[in-house]
Amino acid sequence: MDAAQALLAAMWLGLTLYALLGGADFGGGVWDLLAGRSRAGMPQRRLIEHSIGPVWEANHVWLIFVLVVLWTGFPLAFASVMSTLYIPLTLAALGIIARGAAFAFRKTSTELWQQRLFGGAFALSSVFTPFFLGTVAGGIASGRVPPGLAAGDLVRSWVNPTSLLGGVLAVGVCAYLAATYLCDDAVRARSPDMAEGFRRRALATAVLVGAVALGGIAVLRWDAPLLFRGLTGRALPLIVASAVLGLVSIALLWWRRYLLVRGTAVLAVAAVMWGWPVAQYPAMLPPSLTYLDAAAQPVVLTTTLAVAAVGALLVLPSIAWLFLLQRRMPYEPERPA
Amino acid sequence: MTSLTVLAGPASPADLAAARMQMALSLGWHIVLACLGVGMPALLLFAEWRAVRTGDEDFHRLARRWAKAVGVLFAVGAVSGTILSFEMGLLWPGLMGVYGQVVGLPFALEGIAFFIEAIFLGIWLYAWGRLSPRAHLLSGVPILVAGVASAFFIVSANAWMNQPRGFDLESGRITHVSPWAAMFNPATPPQTLHMILAAFMVSGFGTAGVYAVALLRGHRDRYHRLGFVVPFTMAAVLTPVQIVVGDYAARFLSEYQPAKLAAFEGVYRTGPYAPLSLGGVFVDDRMRYAVEIPSALSLLVGYRPSAVVQGLDRTPPADRPPVTPVHWAFETMVGIGFLLLLLSAWLAWSWWRRRDLPRTPWFLRLAAIAGVLAVVAVEAGWTATEVGRQPWVVYGRMRTLQAVNPVPGLWAGFVVVSLVYVVLTVATVYVLRHMTRGRQVAPQEPVVT
Ligand code: HDD
Ligand code: HEM
Ligand code: HEM
Repeated sequence: MDAAQALLAAMWLGLTLYALLGGADFGGGVWDLLAGRSRAGMPQRRLIEHSIGPVWEANHVWLIFVLVVLWTGFPLAFASVMSTLYIPLTLAALGIIARGAAFAFRKTSTELWQQRLFGGAFALSSVFTPFFLGTVAGGIASGRVPPGLAAGDLVRSWVNPTSLLGGVLAVGVCAYLAATYLCDDAVRARSPDMAEGFRRRALATAVLVGAVALGGIAVLRWDAPLLFRGLTGRALPLIVASAVLGLVSIALLWWRRYLLVRGTAVLAVAAVMWGWPVAQYPAMLPPSLTYLDAAAQPVVLTTTLAVAAVGALLVLPSIAWLFLLQRRMPYEPERPA
Repeated sequence: MTSLTVLAGPASPADLAAARMQMALSLGWHIVLACLGVGMPALLLFAEWRAVRTGDEDFHRLARRWAKAVGVLFAVGAVSGTILSFEMGLLWPGLMGVYGQVVGLPFALEGIAFFIEAIFLGIWLYAWGRLSPRAHLLSGVPILVAGVASAFFIVSANAWMNQPRGFDLESGRITHVSPWAAMFNPATPPQTLHMILAAFMVSGFGTAGVYAVALLRGHRDRYHRLGFVVPFTMAAVLTPVQIVVGDYAARFLSEYQPAKLAAFEGVYRTGPYAPLSLGGVFVDDRMRYAVEIPSALSLLVGYRPSAVVQGLDRTPPADRPPVTPVHWAFETMVGIGFLLLLLSAWLAWSWWRRRDLPRTPWFLRLAAIAGVLAVVAVEAGWTATEVGRQPWVVYGRMRTLQAVNPVPGLWAGFVVVSLVYVVLTVATVYVLRHMTRGRQVAPQEPVVT
């Protein structure tokens, strides 16, 4: 494995963690949106707040890590993606502002109208942000982002069938992950009713996301033939694994084995996420720019890898402690007066 | 690596202006929150430490109060910083595509610092009452360390833009990159030191200002007095240090970026006996309507009136920064620095004589706006630094025009982003104000007894 490959793998690991952790935080916002009217939806909203409150800021740093590694290790790819996909990325950035700020504001506000206002902003931006990030993935994967400053089409690079598919899948996956995590959280909060509710939603989204993914295969075949060939060729084992894990998750949800679902759902999503780079390898910006064309000088790659390794030693144990504390934190259904 | 500059199309002047204003707006916004993110943990930990050590109820209340504000401020600071990471690429892909690999190291290190900060803040805010008091206090230390570290890393990236080192340019391609040499460039020591001190001053004067208002309104109990004295003292002690460091920064400029210093001071003609101009506008290569102190600049820079000060005439006209705004920004910062020094001296004197705050309400009135003044000084200092670097984005190497994203319609983006920031500002101020009045405890925060 050369240094560029290693850094690419580290970056993709970061992106996977962002999808699995940050994605679920967005998904929490999606369910917040669908939780119903103010009073009826209160318990669910409180559970969602309880689950993501202490961790969302840490989860969100994975995205910053990915951006920084991309511009340091593969500056040409970074510049090309950011300049061509200026519109959806600006919208995603604004969504990130709205979501984080509104979440923090809602938590400290006292009046119902404020909670509604901030809650609405939080929930809506939780849908838009993953959608736009998904369109970005679709634009890159379907070969619509050529190397160079704003060398691609400013609109068609993200308004196209693959991008639409990417956007919908991203929202669906976030919602699905959040629903499965929330089943487990609800059980631990001793709220079987809520667990049932999230189980129903998790099942429904699982079926929906599965259907979109299947339909998506047809879209890719027609709109992104290169990616399609990779996904049905070299990446096929990962795609099959993801499908199988998806089915296993549905079965486990059916039997209410929530802790296990957490694991299988995560693996299913991770498998698809790794299917994409495997399918298009060695291209970074398909069809022609390879990761080696885009890579920085070797000394930059090795320095960044070393920093990432030291960072992992510091960060991973700390995150583990945070998650442990969060799991042990008792759930308080009412706001203390 | 494929060369990027070849592919870059031209950007219209209007779009370049929009990109610069958007960057300035986002940075200027973020820096306020970032200063508080660097400085507030120190105040918090001090208050908590006193509370743990002595069981002091007032310090305990202060720590809880400040913690709540920090929870909101940190969230807003984190998201406003994330936008900046996006904007580095959205607005300046020409810069990042070419130099991203050179200047990436401090950003990568900063990523680690952010992680530590976000994780331990999560622990610190939510595990209050679930850890032993000592363990809880200790869990706050990484927040402080990581906050200062992140300020150091990010400003060293900016220092590199002023003093680009650690690479060679061979026929338009970057070679021989040395990430460490880039990070520890000559501008790093003065800039990082000055910025970190500024962050503590903003936090100290800013927090004290809130309590100064309360004291003026007649809440004269020990809780409010401590809330004023502790942060104010921290900031007041640092103010003279900051002025010495600012002088160091100016000396650094006189050696390494004389064109910038010439713009700061509005000096056109190179020569001895350079005067110090206060105020004024720069037209037709001359300072007009300024109050001049003869030979003062030569004295400041070279310690003697005959010291030669380099003026803008040594720089080709196309490479000169705009003088008037830079000059005014610089004078604003320095003026505020000395004002804050006077205020600090006033408190020191009164404390030395009477162990008490000055009696006149004018002291508190001034102290109430000291925080705002410190923020203005920071904004002015950055304006001087960044606009004074123009027309270069990487000093002497890359013009800002070559860095900007050549897509059409950056103006529209700027308008949308500005609207979002207006809403964000209103909401943040509203929420914080209600919090200081409020009775509400955040839902997950256990009530500690
Ligand atoms: C509380 C804030 C504050 C105060 C009181 C001062 N400064 Fe400052 N100054 C900053 C906050 C700041 C800053 C915002 O933090 C800057 C912007 C870039 C930087 O590194 O620090 C800065 C930049 C900056 C620069 C430009 C550095 C460069 O471009 O490389 C100089 C020469 C000075 N300052 C000098 C001074 C002097 C002589 C002061 C004496 C009164 C002073 N500053 C007070
Ligand atoms: C002098 C300039 C800056 C200083 C001192 C500074 C400092 C900080 C600090 C202390 C934080 C933690 C959040 C908080 O406490 O509110 C933060 C957040 C952040 N900053 Fe800045 N920053 C500066 C400029 C920038 C720039 C130019 C960028 C990007 C290019 C940036 C990117 C970020 C990001 C991505 C975060 C969020 C990290 C998170 O999620 O926790 N900052 N900054
Ligand atoms: C946080 C404190 C900072 C503030 C308030 C600030 C302020 C500004 C301002 C006012 C401009 C516009 C200059 C002009 O219009 O002529 C600007 C430009 C810029 N700044 Fe900074 N800056 C800060 C720190 C940084 C840091 C730490 C970085 C990078 C690591 C950075 C990168 C840039 C870039 C890329 C531009 C655009 C190019 C240009 O117009 O010079 N800034 N900043």
